[in-house]
Amino acid sequence: MITFEGITVRYRANVDPAVNGVSLAAADGGITALVGPNGSGKSTIVRALLGREPLEAGRIFVNDLDRSVLKQREFARLVAVVPQREEAVFPLEVGEYVALGRHPYSRGLTNSPLDAAAVERAVDRAEISGLLRRRTDELSGGEWQRVRVARALAQDTRMLVLDEPTTFLDIAHEMSLLELIHSLAAGGMAVLMVSHQLNLMARFASRMVLLSRGRVVVDGAPSAVMEAGILESVYDWPIAISRDTASGAPVLMPLRKK
Amino acid sequence: MIAPRAWHWLAALALLLLAGLAGLVFGATTISIGEIASALGGTGDETTITIVRSLRAPRVALAAMVGAALAMSGAALQGVLRNPLAEPYLLGVSGGAAVGAVLAFGMGMQNTGSLAIPAFAGAIAAVAAALLVARAAGRTARGDPRTLLMAGVIIGAFANAVIMVALANATSDTLRGSLWWMMGSVADASWVGALWLGLYVGIAGVVLLAFAREIDVLALGEEAAAALGSNVELATRRIFLVSALLAGATVAAAGLVGFVGLIVPHIVRALGVRRHRRLVAGSALIGATLVILADVVARTALPPSELPLGAVTALIGVPFFLFQLARSR
Repeated sequence: MITFEGITVRYRANVDPAVNGVSLAAADGGITALVGPNGSGKSTIVRALLGREPLEAGRIFVNDLDRSVLKQREFARLVAVVPQREEAVFPLEVGEYVALGRHPYSRGLTNSPLDAAAVERAVDRAEISGLLRRRTDELSGGEWQRVRVARALAQDTRMLVLDEPTTFLDIAHEMSLLELIHSLAAGGMAVLMVSHQLNLMARFASRMVLLSRGRVVVDGAPSAVMEAGILESVYDWPIAISRDTASGAPVLMPLRKK
Repeated sequence: MIAPRAWHWLAALALLLLAGLAGLVFGATTISIGEIASALGGTGDETTITIVRSLRAPRVALAAMVGAALAMSGAALQGVLRNPLAEPYLLGVSGGAAVGAVLAFGMGMQNTGSLAIPAFAGAIAAVAAALLVARAAGRTARGDPRTLLMAGVIIGAFANAVIMVALANATSDTLRGSLWWMMGSVADASWVGALWLGLYVGIAGVVLLAFAREIDVLALGEEAAAALGSNVELATRRIFLVSALLAGATVAAAGLVGFVGLIVPHIVRALGVRRHRRLVAGSALIGATLVILADVVARTALPPSELPLGAVTALIGVPFFLFQLARSR
C-alpha cells in the first residue's frame, strides 16, 4: 500500500505548485489509476515518490514506512517503478537488462543464486523468455514495455508503479500488457498506474483518481470519475459517456466541437 | 552479436604484450628482440641497455598507463552521462587538469606524483563548469548530449589559451613547453613518473570497477536509476570524481592526449561487451594497447623528428568522432 498524504511539490518558487495538497492511496490487490490532463501533476507524483522531487508539504508512506526516512535502496526493495522516460543509449541484452532489477539487493561484485531465481520468475511472469538474447534497442515498443515490467518484477516487490506504460502501443500489445498488470494486482500487488486511457482504466482499475491542475478532483470507483460533466470541465472538451453493453463499464467518447 | 568470452580477454592481453614489445623494438633505431632480451637481463651493449631499460621501457609503461586511464575515464563518463561522445579531453576535463598542472609547474612543482593533485583540482573545476552550463541550458544536466560537449570543447579551448599565456615565457630548452602540454607526449618518460601514474590508475581503476554496477544503472537514465535504488546525485558525483582523477593524473604525467577515452569504449562495446565492469576492464586493456601503438607511430612516422602523441591520437580520433556524431540523434 502506497499512501500520499497532502503532498505539495513546487518546481519553482512563486509559481503555482505542480502538485497541490494531493492525498491518495494505492491499495493492495488492485490497480489505482492516476488520470488527468497533461500537466495535471500525475508524473510529478511519481517523481516525488521516487525521491526525485522534494516535498514542500505532506508525507508519503510505503506500507507504514515514511518514505523520507527510507534509503533509496530500501525503497527499491519495496516499490518497483517503471518511469515514463528511459532511453537505451547503450543497449543491453534483455537478460542483462532484467537482471538490473536486482540492483537494490546487490552486494559486492557477484550475483547470488537468489538473484537468478528472481530474474527467472520475472521473465516467466512477463512472458518474455523468447526475448532474452535480443538487444534492448532491437525490441518493438510493446516488447520493450513488457521487458521493462519484467525488470520491475525482478525487484521482487509488493508494490508496482507505472507511468503511462501503454503509450505508443497498438491494441493487442496494450491489452496484453494491461492484462498482465491486472493479473499482478489480482495476485495481491498494489499497483499505481498513470494513464491517459480513461476507457481502459475504467475497465481495469479498481479505483481511479482524477487530477486537475495539481489537485484531486474525484477519487473513487471508475463510475464516479467517468461522469460527463466532471470530465468536460477537467479536460475542457465536450464529452459523452455511454455504457459498454458487454461489461457495463462506462465508456467515454469525446465529441466534435459544434 | 559476439559474446565476450575468456579467449577475448586473452587475445586483448596478448595484443597488449605485443604492443609493448613493439614499443621496445621500434624507435630512432630498431632493436632486435634478442638484443632487447639481453638488455633487459643486463647484458650486451651499454647503449642498448640504456635505451631499452631507461628510455623505451618506462616510455611503454607510461603510455600503457595513460591509455588505460583515459579509456577507463571515457567508459565511465560515457555511461554516467549517457553520452557516446563523452570523454575527458572533449569535455574539457583534461584541459582543466592541464591548467592546474601548468600553473603548479610554473610555481616550481616538478614531480609527476604531486603535479597530479593540482591537475585533479583543475579537472574538477572544468567538469563542474561544463555541467553548470549544460544544466543552465536544459532542465537536466544531461539533456542534449551535444550541449554538454559544446560547453566542454569551449572550456578546453579556454584552457589552451590559459596554458599558452602561462607558458609564453617558459624556457624553450625544456621539453615541457606549451606544445608538450597541449599535444601530449610520453617522450620524457621516467620510471618514477610511470610508477606514480600507475599508482593513481591502479587505485582509481579498482574504485571504478567497484562502481561499475552503479554505472550500469545510471546509464538507464536518472529516473530508472532512482527506481533501481541508486542515489543518483551522489553516485554520479563519485564517478565524476574518479574519472577526473584519472584524467588529471594522466595530464600531469603526459599532457593532453585526446580521443583515447572516446574511441576505446566504442571498440570494446563493438566486441559485445555491455555491462560496465567488463567495459571498464576491457577499456583499460585496449586503451593501453592503443596508446603504446600510437606512441610507436609518433616516434617512427617522420624520422628523425618525433610527432606529439596527442597529434597521433587526434588524427585517429577526429574521424571517429565525426562518425559517431553523424550517428548520434
